[in-house]
Amino acid sequence: MRHVLNTLYVTTQGTYIHKDGETVCVSQDQKVLLQIPIHTLEGIVTFGRVGTSPALLGFCAERGLAVSFLSRSGRYLACVRPPSSGNVLLRREQFRVADDDYRRAELARLFVVSKLANARQMLLRSARTTGDEAISKAAHEIGCLGKQLDVSVSIDTARGIEGNAAQIYFNVLNNRIQQDGFQFCSRSRRPPLDAINSLLSFVYTLLAHDCAAAVASAGLDPQVGFLHADRPGRPGLALDLMEEFRATFADRLVLRLINRGMIQSKEFHTSPSGAIFMDDKTRKTVLVAYAERKRETITHPFLDETAEIGMLWHIQAMLLARHLRGDLDSYPIMLWR
Amino acid sequence: MLIVVTYDVNTQTPAGRKRLRQVAKACENHGQRVQFSVFECLVDPAQWTGLRLQLLDIIDEESDSLRFYFLGKNWKRRLEHVGAKQGYDPTGPLII
Repeated sequence: MRHVLNTLYVTTQGTYIHKDGETVCVSQDQKVLLQIPIHTLEGIVTFGRVGTSPALLGFCAERGLAVSFLSRSGRYLACVRPPSSGNVLLRREQFRVADDDYRRAELARLFVVSKLANARQMLLRSARTTGDEAISKAAHEIGCLGKQLDVSVSIDTARGIEGNAAQIYFNVLNNRIQQDGFQFCSRSRRPPLDAINSLLSFVYTLLAHDCAAAVASAGLDPQVGFLHADRPGRPGLALDLMEEFRATFADRLVLRLINRGMIQSKEFHTSPSGAIFMDDKTRKTVLVAYAERKRETITHPFLDETAEIGMLWHIQAMLLARHLRGDLDSYPIMLWR
Repeated sequence: MLIVVTYDVNTQTPAGRKRLRQVAKACENHGQRVQFSVFECLVDPAQWTGLRLQLLDIIDEESDSLRFYFLGKNWKRRLEHVGAKQGYDPTGPLII
C-alpha cells in the first residue's frame, strides 16, 4: 500500500528550488532554507515568485511528483506533471467510457450522488450542533434531490440536479458560520468577492492539485472526465473526483478554521478589482491546517480499512480504475459518516 | 521507520576525506542532517537496505565506524530536542 507522503509548499517570495543529489533544496540568496530527500515528497506547490531549476522539474517527473505553480494569491497557473505512465489499455478504456453516453452518464450520476449524500451528511451534522432549522431543511431538500438520482438519468439531468443542490447548499452556508465578521452571500469566483469565497477557492485549488496527482498516479488521464465536459487545460476527471470531497473535506476545513477563530476577518485585504485576498500569514495557517487534516484517519466505508484522509483520493482513483478495467461492477463512491 | 545514522570517518588521508564526503552525500539523500555527523533517515525497509549497503560499501572498516539506531515507527515519542538548530519534521506540514 502507498503511504501518505508530504507535499512541500513554498510560499516565501524570491526562493529558488533546485536538485542536489537526490534531495530537493529550497534556497534564498545562496542560503539553503531546507534540504529534503525526494522520497518523502509526493508533490510540490509553489506560490508566486519562486524559481525552479529544469533539473529539478525533470527529476520530479522521473520520480512521479507533480509540481504546481500558483500565483501569490493561490490562483492556479500551471503544472508540470510526469509523462503518462501506467497502462495504456486502461486509459483507452477510460476514453471509451467517456464516449459512451450511457456509461458516462452512469459515472456522472454516481459522482453527483456522492456529492449530494456527503453534502447532506455535513448539513445534518451542522444542524445537530447549531440547532438551526434552515440547515436541516436544506439537508432534507438535498436528500429529496438525491432520490431523483436513484435510477439512471441523462448527464444533463444529473448536472441540473447538481446545480440545484449546490444552490441549496450554499444558501445555508452562512448559517453555519458562527464567527462575527464573516459573511457569505453567494459563491463567487474569479475574483472571490468575500473572505469565505477566497478561502474556499484556495482550498479547492489545493485539493484539485492533490486529486489530479492521485488520478494520474492510478494510471488514468486527469483531463478526461465524466461529469465535467472536456475543455482544454481542464483536469476534468480530477474535478469529478473532487466532488466527493468538497463538502466533507474542503468546506468543513474552511468552516473549522473560521469557527474556531484560527482566522480573523481583518486578515483579508481588498484589491482594486474588488477581489478579496488573504495575507501571507493566513495562507500559512490554511496550509498547515490542510496538511494536518490530511493526516487524520478515517475508516473507508468500502474497503473497511483505516486510511489517512490524504489517502482517500488515491483510494477512490484506484477503485475507479478497477471499475473501468471491469474488476468492479460499479464505482464505489466515498460516503462520509 | 526512523533510523539514526552516526559515523566517524578517519580524515587524515585524502582517501578518508573522500569517504567522508561520500558518506555524508548518501545520508543527505535519505534523511536530514541533525548534527555534524548525525542523520535522521525516515525510510521504508527497502530504502533502508539500499542505504545500508551503500554506506557499508563506502566506508573502510579498518579506520571508520558507523552506528545505526532504530527508532521504529513510533519514533516521535522517543525523541527530544534541546537547543539550537531545530530540524524539520518530515511528516509534519512542510511550508516555507
